Amino acid sequence: MNIPSELRYTKDHEWVRVEDNFAYVGITDFAQSELGELVYVEVDTLGDEVSEGDVFGTVEAVKTTSDLFMPIDGKVLEFNDELNEDEVDNPGAINEDPYGKGWIVKILITNKDQIEGLLTSEAYAELIS
Amino acid sequence: MELRNTLLTQRHITLGARMMPFAGFNMPVSYSTITEEHLTVRQSCGVFDVSHMGEFIVRGVEATQFLLHVLSNDVSKLSPGEAQYSCIPNNQGGIVDDLLVYRLFQDQCSEGEQAYMLVVNASNIQKDWDWLSSQNTYQAKMIDISDRTALLAVQGPDAAQVLQTMTDVDLDQLGYYTFTKGTVLGKDNVLISATGYTGAGGFELYLDQDHVTVLWDALMDRRVKPMGLGARDTLRLEMGYCLYGNDIDDDTSPLEAGLSWITKLKRDHAFPSKEIFIRQNQEGVNRKLIAFKLDGKRVPRHGYQINDHGDNQIGAVTSGTMSPSLGYPIGMGYVLKKYAVLGETIQIKMGKKYYPAEIVKAPFYKS
Repeated sequence: MNIPSELRYTKDHEWVRVEDNFAYVGITDFAQSELGELVYVEVDTLGDEVSEGDVFGTVEAVKTTSDLFMPIDGKVLEFNDELNEDEVDNPGAINEDPYGKGWIVKILITNKDQIEGLLTSEAYAELIS
Repeated sequence: MELRNTLLTQRHITLGARMMPFAGFNMPVSYSTITEEHLTVRQSCGVFDVSHMGEFIVRGVEATQFLLHVLSNDVSKLSPGEAQYSCIPNNQGGIVDDLLVYRLFQDQCSEGEQAYMLVVNASNIQKDWDWLSSQNTYQAKMIDISDRTALLAVQGPDAAQVLQTMTDVDLDQLGYYTFTKGTVLGKDNVLISATGYTGAGGFELYLDQDHVTVLWDALMDRRVKPMGLGARDTLRLEMGYCLYGNDIDDDTSPLEAGLSWITKLKRDHAFPSKEIFIRQNQEGVNRKLIAFKLDGKRVPRHGYQINDHGDNQIGAVTSGTMSPSLGYPIGMGYVLKKYAVLGETIQIKMGKKYYPAEIVKAPFYKS
């Protein structure tokens, strides 16, 4: 299972890549493999301030629907809409490259102190072992 | 509780299947993707290990009488070599389980006896056994052969062609919902049944579990793709087949579930809830199981609320998926009877929003 050491993680199987005051958020390799093939990603909080633990979107797999939870407080600035390009809906990018092309949202971090509360790659590896 | 394995569990893991607990068994969900497996069954064929299913033998001079008084369908219509879909009703107008009933050949019996095999859902084996035992006041012996019986479902339009290379039984002569016993790969006493839960055609093979690995490996050698329970679910849902625990349960009536065709009320034999079903048949049921489709990509799931055009909840979703064959979301659910009209629109609550769905006639997929 791929768990990059430079990222931080949540117990809801999301990853966070911090870049200054911003962060990219996606779901982990473990999450995508548990969900199986994804068919759609919906983020209906674009532009909203969302608190840690609140739902900011939904991923649809063939087998199941799973909510996406905000890892830390922040404003949802951007949705990776390549995931849902018409004609070829491609949330499969999450299955293929969950930490790269499969990023889901970019957020503006409200409270940087919360980053320390996120799991390290070692702690996340332990969680899913 | 410790998860149980089938004799093929290790093979599923070696083949790279994503595994999941199901009815106490460690079962494969998918090997590649659900969509790919689903389309393989629709277009060519695949094999499902469904050895977790339960099998009971019912045998005796009153076996037929017993089953006439405990099942909703009419087993007296069955000749040896024929199978029938049926329900086990409870006393409250609900369903203990749905099942297949096989009328076995007379060589299984002594003089004057009849023999049947009941194939029940894995999650209900103990419940069914206890209920049927409590109802068995007849000269009929029940034997649970679940643990020593393996079941492979070879499904799809090419299933006959592949299996024909492994048996002398003339598979083209085997009509839908009939079966025979024969030799497969030198193993005798295999029950070959022209049935399935996919709507794609094919066969189900019941055999002594000691022989299942040989048969599985031979199917793999013939490049038959292994299938997981994920595709089994999407395939059955495209056909509008009920899944016990989702679409039917102890609290749903077969008449509500659209299963009146297997609930024979005109026959003379009493069976549990028969009077309730007769009343429902005369007065109408309160709610009905409907099939519906949606636009877009949000997928309805079990438990989601169904509303009318306003704020009134009229029912709930029981099953839903993104249809791999059709490319749009489909589902089933119960709604109050007056809303169960083909072509009408209902609203499904998914997340915070309501999405319109059109009530359609099952099956969703027509081959």
